[in-house]
Formats: sequence, C-alpha cells, structure tokens
Amino acid sequence: MTSHPRKPPSQFLPKLQRALGGQAGWGGFVLQLAFVAVLVWVSFEIVSNASENLRAQRITSGFGFLANTAGFDVNQSLIPYAGSDTYTRVFFVGLLNTLLVSLIGIFFATLIGFVVALGRLSPNWLLARLSGAYVEVVRNLPLLFQILFWYLAVLAALPNPRQSVSVFGSFFLNNRGLIIPKPIAEAGLEPFALALAMAVIASIALWRYSLRQLYRHGKLTSVWPYVLGLLAGLPLASVLIFGVPVTFEIPVLKGFNFAGGARIIPEFVALTLALSIYTAAFIAEIVRAGILAVHKGQMEAGSSLGLGRGAVLRLIVIPQALRVILPPLTNQYLNLTKNSSLAVAIGYPDLVSVFAGTTLSQTGQAIEIIGITMGVYLLLSLVTSAVMSFYGWRLGRSLAA
Amino acid sequence: MKRVSLVITLAVAAGISVPAATAQTLKTVKDRGQLSCGVSQGLPGFSSPDDKGNWTGLDVDVCRAIAAVVFNDPTKVKFVPLSAKDRFTALQSGEIDVLSRNTTWTLSRDTTLGANFTGVTYYDGQGFLVKKSLKVNSALELNSASVCVQTGTTTEQNLADYFKGNNMKYEVIAFGTADEAVKAYESGRCDVFTTDVSGLYAERLKLANPADHAVLPEVISKEPLGPMVRHGDDQWFDLVKWVLFAMVDAEELGITQKNVDEMAKSDKPELKRALGSDGNLGEQLGLTKDWVIRIVKGVGNYGEAFERNVGGGSKLGIARGLNQLWNKGGIQYAPPIR
Repeated sequence: MTSHPRKPPSQFLPKLQRALGGQAGWGGFVLQLAFVAVLVWVSFEIVSNASENLRAQRITSGFGFLANTAGFDVNQSLIPYAGSDTYTRVFFVGLLNTLLVSLIGIFFATLIGFVVALGRLSPNWLLARLSGAYVEVVRNLPLLFQILFWYLAVLAALPNPRQSVSVFGSFFLNNRGLIIPKPIAEAGLEPFALALAMAVIASIALWRYSLRQLYRHGKLTSVWPYVLGLLAGLPLASVLIFGVPVTFEIPVLKGFNFAGGARIIPEFVALTLALSIYTAAFIAEIVRAGILAVHKGQMEAGSSLGLGRGAVLRLIVIPQALRVILPPLTNQYLNLTKNSSLAVAIGYPDLVSVFAGTTLSQTGQAIEIIGITMGVYLLLSLVTSAVMSFYGWRLGRSLAA
Repeated sequence: MKRVSLVITLAVAAGISVPAATAQTLKTVKDRGQLSCGVSQGLPGFSSPDDKGNWTGLDVDVCRAIAAVVFNDPTKVKFVPLSAKDRFTALQSGEIDVLSRNTTWTLSRDTTLGANFTGVTYYDGQGFLVKKSLKVNSALELNSASVCVQTGTTTEQNLADYFKGNNMKYEVIAFGTADEAVKAYESGRCDVFTTDVSGLYAERLKLANPADHAVLPEVISKEPLGPMVRHGDDQWFDLVKWVLFAMVDAEELGITQKNVDEMAKSDKPELKRALGSDGNLGEQLGLTKDWVIRIVKGVGNYGEAFERNVGGGSKLGIARGLNQLWNKGGIQYAPPIR
C-alpha cells in the first residue's frame, strides 16, 4: 500500500454554507428561505385578493387602457402630442415634464446652494448674514406655499398678452409665459454642429496638453488664444461655406395670444424657481458642513503656498469636502425630484398631474396607475442614487491616489 | 388629498375595506347611525358648507332625503368632501355609501368603475366663462385662447373635442381643484374658465366682481349629473334610485313641504299609494310606508329643492330649463310610484 498524501477536504460545502447562511450557517440559510417564502406568499395574497375584489365589483383592471385614446390636451410637451394619442403617450409626456423640471431644478439648486454656502462662510459680515437669513427663511417655510407664492407672484407681476413686455420686438414676456423666437433647422445645421464638435474636442486636447506641460516640465503654456480661435473660427467657417445653421420664427400677436415662436410657460418657471430656491437652502447647509469638515490646516497650508482664497477653495478644500457633501447632496436631489409632484397645485403638467391625475380619473384604474407612478419615482430615485454613487466612487479613488 | 387617495388605493389592494360586493349597505348604514355621503369640496348650489359647517345644495339634499327615509332624520349624514379625481376611489373602497357630487353619467363610468348611476338630479352642459372686457360673444371666437380647467373631469375631453371640431387652437392649463383653476383665471393666466354651466354660475359668485364676467351662450356637451352607488347591492341601488324618483313624483303630484300632511288624508288613489295609506310600497324598498312623507318633510319635492338651492330662491338664479318636469316643458321624468 502506497500512502498518498491526504487530499485536503473539499472546501466547497463550508464555503457555500458561509456564502448562503453567513455566520449562522445552515440554520441561517433556512431562516432566510422561510422569510423569502413568507414575503412571496404575502405579496401573492395581496395581488390575488385585489384582483378578486376588483372582479367581484366588476371594476376594470389590467393595463389595456394604456392603448386607449387619451382625448385631452396638455399645454407643455417635449414630444409631439395631440389629444388623439394614447395614454402611453400621455405617460411619456408627463414623465419628460417631470424630468425636465427636476434636472433644471437640480442644476440651479446646486448652483445657488454652493454660492450661498460660500457666502455664509465669507469673512464679509453683510454677505454672511444675508446668506444665513436666506437659509433660515427659505428652509422653514412649507414648499407648497413657496410654489403658490412664486406662481401667484410671477403671474401678478406680468401683464396680459396685449401689453407684453417686448425686447427687440422678438422676445415677449406676459402672463402666458416668455415667448421667444423659435429656432428652425436649416441646411447648414449639420456642418455647423460638426465644426463646433471638432472645435470643442481640439480645445480639450490642447488644454490637456498644457496641463501635461505644467505637471511634467513645470512650464506654463498659454493655450487660450488657440482655443478661442478654434471655437469661434471653425463654426464661422462652416457658416460661410454651408450657410446659416438656423433661422428664427418670430412670434406675432394674433387674437388672444402669440402665434409662432416657442414659449416657456409660467407654471414651469414658478415650479423651477420654487424647487431650486427651496432645495438650495438645504444644499447650502450641506456644503457649509462639508467645507467646515475639512481641517483648517489644509486652508492655511494652501495660503502659505501663496494661493489665493479662491484657488485654495477650488483646488484643496472643495475636493476634500465633496466626500462629505456627496451622500446628503444625493438625498436633496432625490427630494427635489419627488417634490416636483406638487406641480398639480399650479397646473404644471407633470407625471402626477397628467397621468396619476387626469388619466386616473378618466380610466378609474387607480391601482395600476398609482403602481406605475410609484415605480417611476422609485426608478428615478435609484438611477439618481446610482449616478451619485458612481461619482463618489470616482472621487474617492482620485483622492486616494 | 393625494395621500388620502393613496391610502384608499392600498386599502382596496389589500382588500381591507371592501364590504361592497356582498354587504347590505342599508344595514351597514343603519348600524352606523348615519349615512356617509361623498360631495364636492364646495360648489355653491350643489354642495357647499356654510360658516357653521352646515352643508346645503341640491346634491346635499339627495343625501338628506336618503337619511330622512332611513332614519326619519335628514341631519344624520356625514358629508365627505372629495376632489374630482378621488371621488370614485372613495366610493369603490366603501368610504362613502353614496356619491352625490355633480358627477356626469357616461358609458365608461357606468361600466368600468364598479358603480352605477341611479338617476339624473340635474341636466347640465359644459360652457365657458370669460371676462366681459375681452368683448367675446361666442365660444367660436375663442381661437388661440388659454383655458383653465379642473383636472379629472369629463370637461377636459369635451374641451379638446370642441376646439378640434371647430378647428381652433387653444392652450389648456389643468389644476387639481376648481378653486385653483378659478384663481388662475382671475389672475389673468387664462382667458377662459370652463366647467358645467351650473358650476360657472356658482364659481362666478366667488369672483371679486361677478358682474365683470359673462357665461357664453354655447353649451358644448351633455352633462347629466347624478348620484352613484357601488355594484353588488341591488337593494341599496333601488333605494337611492327611488328616493330621487319620489322627489320628482312628489312635485308632479303637487305634494309640497307645506301641504304634505293634508295630502296624506286625501282620497285620491295615486296620493294614497305615494303617501303610504294604501299598500306597502315603501316596505318593498326596505323602508317604512311613510317614506315619501319623510322625504318631502325633510327636503321638499324636487321643484322645492331646485328653487331653494339653484333656482330663483338662491343666489345662483338658474332657470329650470331642461330640469323642468316633463309635462311642463322639461325632461325631468320619474316612473310612477305604484
């Protein structure tokens, strides 16, 4: 008998046990299975019970209504829409309106928030007090009141269409909104866009080249004259060769209202204003906390290198503060998106207004429509969260490097 | 309001409060000691609370009449104010026993909501309210106008049909409640406010200067308004239906709040049947023999309720028009009590 060296016992089972049951072992795994089973059973009961009740009361259920004709109109739509389109189309119209107001709101909220935070930290007494007052007033008033305030304030301040405020005879401001010339694509648009894209790419390449020169060889190269030349020159050349990229349709007063041109409705302006101003107050506090969390020594070190206050903030303090700022900032972005559903109070056609409002009461299918709407907000929140986490991960990596 | 509708939806989903399909609504109402009645959030003439919280209006009187026949006391009603978009969910979930909220009877509402219309309390139609200063005399002059409307109503679809049918452009701004829509109209955001004509007269009263606004002559739709009950309880459906019929029949028979006691002593066979001294018609509905007497004493006949709430005796001053009895030039007609 030859003795073989004993094979080590297979690690497969213990590994599986740990992966499935954690420290509690198989017992933990069984417990988890039981929990999942209960969860599945409860949700099955809810769904089957609901559909049984609906059937018993002969309430229509299912998603067939999505293919039916909506038959009502919406006053702001990013995609072509008419009353003869389906409820599915209405859903996308509402969704895009929600996304539009959320994205623009997030942009302005972030901008105002950062400015106010820096103002509050500024050594200038007046600026600091003003910024502090802004935060305290705005974040302590209910959002719905602010939305109504901006809507009614905006409307009250604006004249009717016949007395519009006119700028150069082509921009008009009245209580129907801001009416601007509508750009119409011409033959020269494609070459123009191409030229602009080329100019931008070349400029970025130049800028990176100058950075490399600075880091590798300590040489300051000034590239901005070339960048400027590229950005202005290439599109200009395209216009000269291929003709103008767009022409503008000038709005004209006709009957009650302006015909032609594009229009920004006051509901959109009021909602964006209210959402960004409200959320900015919270963002300002988050940013301030983030900046204060960076050790004072960092700022002093920057100053002792001869950097100005702006450069210290931009190059040293804010990158470190962002690590603290990012998670609560994500919360504020999510809040803003969800708060945009207050739009129905001022007649802005967002998802809740046109889909969970008009569509719901026309079809009466509350469970399906509320379900879809909740799913959409969940999805929007998860996507926002994922994007911010990715940014946070990149930031952490670059700070660690 | 949004939160309420969500809770109701979830309750329906979980099957918590769905007694409708099998329950005896009449018994539930009797056990509870009061009727739960869904009304509007404040539409003068149809359902609106005064400064002491007392509800009045034509829709309110329908519920009071039901309470009168069930409890012999027209005040035993709990009024639940509902927005246009929450009303059906509240009925489906069993939160209210009857929806009496100027709701238009349409085929799709009758078939898909799990509820039935029990009759027509008011024949209405959609119209337009404009500022007199616009110098518009017809709805056909409204091309390119901005129109304020309450969301969740048949109004939005009628509006789209009318403007499309007449090849006119318009902009619609839809608000969650009628109050918000009227406020936007008053602030100049819209040229036109549209809803049922009766509603236009009612909302006009709330404006700062009612005389500056005019209702255009065009009526662009048929809006038969009536109460609704849930599917699955035919006894309750019959009861609500016949309370309204009885109000109309009482007017036709000349029974009024003043003369009802006298009429009860009459020898006329139709009066004896209606007022319970002959036969047991009330008991066939699950009520008492004197059910019509209770209705008339409680709220009056249809004509009296109409005059008091929306007609000459009210601020609205709307003419009877279509809502006159069938034998007097209108179309209000009820099957006979026999």
